[in-house]
Amino acid sequence: MANDAIDIRYVAKLARLALTDDEIERFGKQLGDLLGHVNALADLDIASVPATAQVVESRNVTRDDELRPCLDRETVLSAAPQRQGGFFRVPRIIAE
Amino acid sequence: MSEIIERSAAGIAAQVNAKQAGALEIAEATLAHVRSVEGEVGAYLTVLDDLARAQARRVDERIRAGEHLPLAGVPVAVKDNMCLEGTRTTCGSKILENWIAPYTATAVARILEAGGIPIGKANCDEFAMGSSCENSALGVTRNPYDLSRVPGGSSGGSAAAVASYEAAIGLGSDTGGSIREPGAFCNLVGFKPTYGRVSRYGLIAFASSLDQIGPLTRTVEDAALAYDAMGGYDPMDSTSINKPLEPTAGSWRDDLRGLRVGIVREFDTKTLGADLDTIYRKAYADLERLGAELVEVSLPTADYGVPTYYLVAPAECSSNLARFDGVRYGLRVDGADVRAMYDSTRAAGFGPEVKRRILIGTHALSSGYYDAYYVRAQKARTLIARDFERAFAQCDAIACPAASCPAFVFNAKSDPYSMYLMDYYTIPMALAGLPALSVPCGWATPEGGSLPMPLGLQLTTPLFAERLLLDVAHAYEAATGHAAAHRPALGAVRA
Repeated sequence: MANDAIDIRYVAKLARLALTDDEIERFGKQLGDLLGHVNALADLDIASVPATAQVVESRNVTRDDELRPCLDRETVLSAAPQRQGGFFRVPRIIAE
Repeated sequence: MSEIIERSAAGIAAQVNAKQAGALEIAEATLAHVRSVEGEVGAYLTVLDDLARAQARRVDERIRAGEHLPLAGVPVAVKDNMCLEGTRTTCGSKILENWIAPYTATAVARILEAGGIPIGKANCDEFAMGSSCENSALGVTRNPYDLSRVPGGSSGGSAAAVASYEAAIGLGSDTGGSIREPGAFCNLVGFKPTYGRVSRYGLIAFASSLDQIGPLTRTVEDAALAYDAMGGYDPMDSTSINKPLEPTAGSWRDDLRGLRVGIVREFDTKTLGADLDTIYRKAYADLERLGAELVEVSLPTADYGVPTYYLVAPAECSSNLARFDGVRYGLRVDGADVRAMYDSTRAAGFGPEVKRRILIGTHALSSGYYDAYYVRAQKARTLIARDFERAFAQCDAIACPAASCPAFVFNAKSDPYSMYLMDYYTIPMALAGLPALSVPCGWATPEGGSLPMPLGLQLTTPLFAERLLLDVAHAYEAATGHAAAHRPALGAVRA
């Protein structure tokens, strides 16, 4: 079981979350406590136990590749925080 | 308050189908009652006056045309993490505060098709993460039996709405106990079906391998009616179970003769204090009095439920909530570049509990920690499911507490882990995917409180044994009638 303290700044970067200094301190402590509790799982003998992703048996679900009705573009774009014509508008991603 | 809205869903539907009452009249009476109690209760984030009236008129037309509808005219509270086309659907979060759902969740659509009337979108802990409704960023919901106490969560708004007669059916979602715990706290039946029995299409995802929609109702029969209406295969949800749904409502068994009910050795009710110990022992004795044979069963890994859940659920949530990035819907906070826009949008849009779970989930899935945390938790989940399989070789159903205490006062659980422990009794069933429900089993006045608060008996059965589960609960409810002992502490209801 991992015992390392959680590196909140690094994890927040991975999670795309800007945190204040106060949050870094508070969440760091709270999540450190939580990891202390979940470390109890180290007591379990799980070497030969299969992992369960989902309890009820699942199978791959496919359907015929055919056109079906879907939400129209205007409905979808009307929910966007910013749009431009028929597109979602986002900040520049590729540098000039 | 109009007498008809105090009736059960079954009672209301019977009147509407018999043309003794109109759906529109019931909708108007419910909306008027909502106006009189919402200032105290705060169950709804959005009240759907126009939609409720329009749907009620459609139901009345269908009844006039000769149709019989199982939920004709029944007022319904929809948890605000379920999509209902054209209505604001917030998940109790600032990031979706103004989002209008462009389509309707399958479970909601089926309830409406069966004649249900959507009264409003009910408050919940943000993205269904919490056990008290206190994590909602958009409103405070109070327990109708003591307004100084929480309604439970995360489906606290749906529970408070049904308990205060602002609806007869509350739609909730249960990931680790979010239907059963508020059910217990609000004197209701809170029923989580087997994972995959009710479509998750249109339920905004928290932890996809655990999330399950189910009803909160004032009677077991109403829970069965709601389940029969919304359950069953849905091609829009790839994890929906393609198995025929056996109707559960009606033709109930009178007793529990021939059934073995398991009492869990590890769940010693003495640890809950003398009052609760007495109530739960009495509940088990009542099951025996009804003809059940009580057998002791063991769930040796049940203690690992909370730690397992707090790796699996946050891991899934960190992945599911990645979609809230300020591009396609919801809040956007501008930034210098796209990365700053993502970071600032999510920082402003998510509340502290959601951030904590995203962080812990991201950590548990990150390189170097994945096997130690996430995979280990998935293996622990296997052990918990196996515990139940072994237990069910010795019994037909298991009985235990739904929660370790009655509803607590606001701000009582400021330490996150103390709140997580509220789901101690409900998490193992969620991890194992089992159908489980909470049914009222008695009242206790908490220390420092002045009003008696309800307690819930949790029952669980093997996968897909919903019919048996509801049957046991119905027999228990009929023999004990604990729910009727007290009325909500609301002027408009007591008057």
